[in-house]
Amino acid sequence: MRISSFFYTLRQGVRNLFRNKLFTLASIATISACLFLFGLFYAIVTNFQYIVKNAQQGVSVSVFFDDGLADSRIQQIGEMITRRTEVANVVYISADEAWAEFKKDYLKGYEDGFTENPLIDSAHYDIYLSDVSMQQALVTYLVSMEGVRQVNRSELVATTLTGVNALIAYVSVGIIVILLAVSVFLISNTVMIGISVRREEINIMKYIGATDFFVRSPFVIEGMLIGLIGAALPLGVIYGMYNMVLNYVSDRFPMLTTLLSFLTVEEVFGVLTPVSLGIGVGIGFMGSIVTVRRYLRV
Amino acid sequence: MAVKKRKKSTTTENEIINLTNVCKAYSTGAPALKDVNLHISRGEFVFIVGDSGSGKSTLIKLLLRELTVTSGYINVMGYDLSKIKHRKIPKFRRNLGVVFQDFRLLKDRNVYENVAFAQRIIQKSNKEIKRNVPSILSVVGLAGKYKAKPRQLSGGEQQRVALARALVNKPTVLLADEPTGNLDPKNSWEIMKLLEQINENGTTVIVVTHNREIVNAMQKRVVTLKKGVVISDEEKGGYIDED
Repeated sequence: MRISSFFYTLRQGVRNLFRNKLFTLASIATISACLFLFGLFYAIVTNFQYIVKNAQQGVSVSVFFDDGLADSRIQQIGEMITRRTEVANVVYISADEAWAEFKKDYLKGYEDGFTENPLIDSAHYDIYLSDVSMQQALVTYLVSMEGVRQVNRSELVATTLTGVNALIAYVSVGIIVILLAVSVFLISNTVMIGISVRREEINIMKYIGATDFFVRSPFVIEGMLIGLIGAALPLGVIYGMYNMVLNYVSDRFPMLTTLLSFLTVEEVFGVLTPVSLGIGVGIGFMGSIVTVRRYLRV
Repeated sequence: MAVKKRKKSTTTENEIINLTNVCKAYSTGAPALKDVNLHISRGEFVFIVGDSGSGKSTLIKLLLRELTVTSGYINVMGYDLSKIKHRKIPKFRRNLGVVFQDFRLLKDRNVYENVAFAQRIIQKSNKEIKRNVPSILSVVGLAGKYKAKPRQLSGGEQQRVALARALVNKPTVLLADEPTGNLDPKNSWEIMKLLEQINENGTTVIVVTHNREIVNAMQKRVVTLKKGVVISDEEKGGYIDED
């Protein structure tokens, strides 16, 4: 393609936006509405997942050893646990550390009656999981290990968090499928209306000897621009809303922010911006390609 | 047993359009063209006439490769249109100027842009476009109206813009489908004179028309169709009355 033809095509694509203003506005509004819902949903779901992940990281399994187990064996057990894929972190708590923590948490200055460490057999590993749903498998493995006396875990927390995670996954997939179906329906209708207006123009181009590529290019550029604008608008709105909600929550419910931590606006938009723009441009690209194609057989 | 192969028809050196035993039937089953044989030489001026439903429009659509033949052989400017690949159709059409009864101009673009559009499609440079478009507009007598939009022009002027667009790429063949159908007698004659002038410059011109007066006056080759069959093909012919 000549450079002059390339710029002509680009110019025509931009001009097309203004030739049929109603169609352009309707298409932008449709894409914006769909991507607004998508963005809103994404922001909520990622924050939910973030909160659940934080909660999961606090769930630990404790492993206690047989009386008088050699330090070398304890160390060996630690290494074997660390190698497992579901394990995020392993922390060794010696008997002295366990006693110190107990005193701090429960005795608070009344420990004078103890002359020696009553928790002498309480040296253990605290194991933090990367995937809490694997807790049962890990516990089975730990119980079978030689030198392990006892394994403590919180089954209720693990099952609840696993359930919440699965629920979020199902709901996410469900809502994304519904959103996509609605988007495809609305966008294909809008594009169809816009293209049928230009049907005559496409026919004329084809009679004169325009290639499919030449006919399609301005429409594709137009579609991608509509997609880009349609994606940028809701991103701006959600950005403003997200900041507002974060500020509102931290101002009005400071207790909540100490219990739950939310993703920063940068963390959310670091992913949401390229994904939304990609979806917008992709919808515009595919919509125009597919719709123009049916009119190219002239 | 030796199978005798049927020798495939092609266009001869001077022959630019060759239809041999062409049949076209639509999905409804009614034949639009039946066993049509038509040979047109380079530089000829041919009228194709006939009543509504005689198959004129089907013939034009076949020549444009908007439709394909049901059976038979059709060759235009060396392209076998029954076998041409979809991606080669644009190249074929670039040597074929076409003018329609309803002008088919791009309504949101001015006269200059409508004509320049045909040049952009064949990827002419801006410099060439700036040279060729005013030149062809002066040939059709519209040099002074290059900024006007189609709606600001009369029917005759719009048809001239369509002619300019068809001619700017210097086609070998010009197809005109009822070019005077929407015009008054004065404008009709002006368009026909332009077509004659274009033909004198070497372009093969094929005009589909209902206009009896023009056909009888111009004394060109006349091919008459009736119910999809060529009933007459005369040099310096006239409009045949069906009654």
